[in-house]
Amino acid sequence: MTVKDAPGGYTDFHPRWYRRPMPVFWWVRRRSYLAFVARELSSVFVAWFVAFLLLLIRAVGQGEAAYQRYLDWAANPFIIAVNVVALGFVVFHAITWFNLAPQAMVVRMRGQRVPPSMIAGGNYLAWLVASAIVIWIVLA
Amino acid sequence: MAKQRAEPFLWLLFSAGGVVAALLVPALLLLFGVLFPLGWITPPDHDHLRAVAAFPLTRLVLFGLCVLALFHWAHRFRYTLYEGLQLKHLHRVIAVLCYGGAIAGSAAAAYLLTAGL
Repeated sequence: MTVKDAPGGYTDFHPRWYRRPMPVFWWVRRRSYLAFVARELSSVFVAWFVAFLLLLIRAVGQGEAAYQRYLDWAANPFIIAVNVVALGFVVFHAITWFNLAPQAMVVRMRGQRVPPSMIAGGNYLAWLVASAIVIWIVLA
Repeated sequence: MAKQRAEPFLWLLFSAGGVVAALLVPALLLLFGVLFPLGWITPPDHDHLRAVAAFPLTRLVLFGLCVLALFHWAHRFRYTLYEGLQLKHLHRVIAVLCYGGAIAGSAAAAYLLTAGL
């Protein structure tokens, strides 16, 4: 079909837009990109933790022997290694999440914006309190 | 269309899951994943843990933690696959696998925290 014949004077085929191809591993080139991907990957370890927690709940529900088997399984060096890495990612998630909170929450009090450092501080305080409660409940 | 209407809701779940995961997961993972297995702290005995887990408020908190954390994962991981690995063309399969996984995990959590305890 020529340009003249086409409805509206256009062909059905327009040129493909030029897009610079991006390498799959574009994110290893810069620290900030790597931090972005590390933050995204932390979600995988959050999901792993849920699986790990559900196995614990199941074992606790099944009784004393199952709980002991769970503790033995969790003491396997490979599982410990996975959990140490997971802990690193989850703490990274928590820190980056709380640091971002002031940007997501703009709180005003008496017409004044509450300073971002106070909002971040409040989040860290909540983290401390929640962690203390968890540890107290588990160990009490 | 339906997908676009779901997006803000999914983002809300992602964000709530991010808060819950940040507040509760590090302490729990430190205890059960690292300190107890390494023997640095003696793990609680079974009866105590069962009593704690069976307490209604704990069940509710654990269920909320599981559901929100799973949807947090599903939403974030979906975009990791889209952009990190440039798999945007597989968006339907990826969305089904991510949210399907989160729904399956939530169902497992509901079962274990009610009938399982």
